[in-house]
Amino acid sequence: MADIILKKLYIKVWRQNSPKEKGRFETYEIENISQGSSFLEMLDILNDKLILEGIDPIAFDHDCREGICGMCSLYINGRAHGPDREITTCQLHMRKFNEGDTITIEPWRAGAFPVIKDLIVDRTAFEKIQQAGGFVSVNTGGIPDGNAIPIGQDDAEEAMDAAACIGCGACVATCKNSSAMLFVAAKVSQLAKLPQGKVEAKRRARNMVAKMDELGFGGCTNTGACELECPKSISISHIARLNREYLAAKFSE
Amino acid sequence: MSKGSFLSASIGRKFFMSITGLFLVMFIIVHLSLNLLLIFDDKGELFNMAAHFMATNPLIKIMEPVLALGFVIHIVWSIVITIQNMRARPVGYNKTNQSVNSTWVSRNMFILGGLILVFLGLHIYSFWWKMKITGDPLLSHVTVMQAGVPVEMENAYKLVSTLFKESLFYSLIHIAGGILLGLHITHGFWSAFQTIGLNNQIWRKRFFVVAQIIGLVFAIGFSVIPLYFMIKF
Repeated sequence: MADIILKKLYIKVWRQNSPKEKGRFETYEIENISQGSSFLEMLDILNDKLILEGIDPIAFDHDCREGICGMCSLYINGRAHGPDREITTCQLHMRKFNEGDTITIEPWRAGAFPVIKDLIVDRTAFEKIQQAGGFVSVNTGGIPDGNAIPIGQDDAEEAMDAAACIGCGACVATCKNSSAMLFVAAKVSQLAKLPQGKVEAKRRARNMVAKMDELGFGGCTNTGACELECPKSISISHIARLNREYLAAKFSE
Repeated sequence: MSKGSFLSASIGRKFFMSITGLFLVMFIIVHLSLNLLLIFDDKGELFNMAAHFMATNPLIKIMEPVLALGFVIHIVWSIVITIQNMRARPVGYNKTNQSVNSTWVSRNMFILGGLILVFLGLHIYSFWWKMKITGDPLLSHVTVMQAGVPVEMENAYKLVSTLFKESLFYSLIHIAGGILLGLHITHGFWSAFQTIGLNNQIWRKRFFVVAQIIGLVFAIGFSVIPLYFMIKF
């Protein structure tokens, strides 16, 4: 079956040469894009065209292109990871767009995520939050017997749901406050639900939240937008757990 | 690593927003129940007795400054939090499409709160201020039989009913105030429990439903009072 060909599209994209320089929007025309191609393939085709025209290609983050590495970003037509649910930008296809559309592409916007170039932002802030406590610091030794530590199915499932976070930053990009609460909540929850993680639960919640605040992320106002735009549908009930863990840690100080 | 104090931490500040918010909800429940007496007794004796009780009860006297403090913390903190949150995104988006992922109310709690504050100023001026500070000829004392004993008290009913009967402007402002408050609560109530950390997958839905009901009750309850006086008289 032949794909539908989008004869003409207008790509309005943020161009910024370096972190310090002022950015601007540029609109490029692109022709004959198959609706079967992915969004990032469309950008590849556009970049080929720009290179032939002697224009600096658009810089954007990408890696595995199968929705698991957390590298791709892009705020497309006003939404993180574009106009589809539960996917990353690399899983977005051109069938979501129509002939003659103007597609607006912007980088994640947050003070804690400065633009490096064009659509690439620096997400080191997430690494710093992780380094503040998102780990278990005991030596786990060799592979233990699977049944040595019994864990209830519900707890295991919830921990795994939280662990599905790929750290892409869509929650921060979507949140009107640029809050990183969903990310931090997922990283706290995936350990807090398991016996190995409970030992350091208080220290972890306290330190990760302190780091999050220090890096300039906003606070959570419970709009729930992050959950709906998260490619892994991480539930905001993890945020309630983070609040609980944090308050318990603070009150026992 | 800087641990940061509880008061300056993002979750710490929000904790106080939640606690004061829930405290104010409790106040509003009492406030609405007593004020609904306005429409259940046309002689106004029920309302006057309730107002007299509230004005003379020592417990209420103690609670009055606590209530004021609750309002002040809730309002001042909201300004601090909002400024902090706006600073977190120095460069905004050119195009955003937030209506697909969140409700208008949840994104505009500060604006709703600000409008409620404007209403509150007017509301306090037209009732509390006259009852407690300046006095008003409409408040001239009446005698109500309370458990067989005649008790002299201010005619608060006359002040309230006259205002709603005579001023369409004040009535409409009070209806708007009730609706704004109801909207604010539909997000604020469940949100408070989320921030305190009492939510999980199941309770989040329950608190959300309860928040919608409370919001609706407040909006209708407070609108009905001016509507009653506008239509009936």
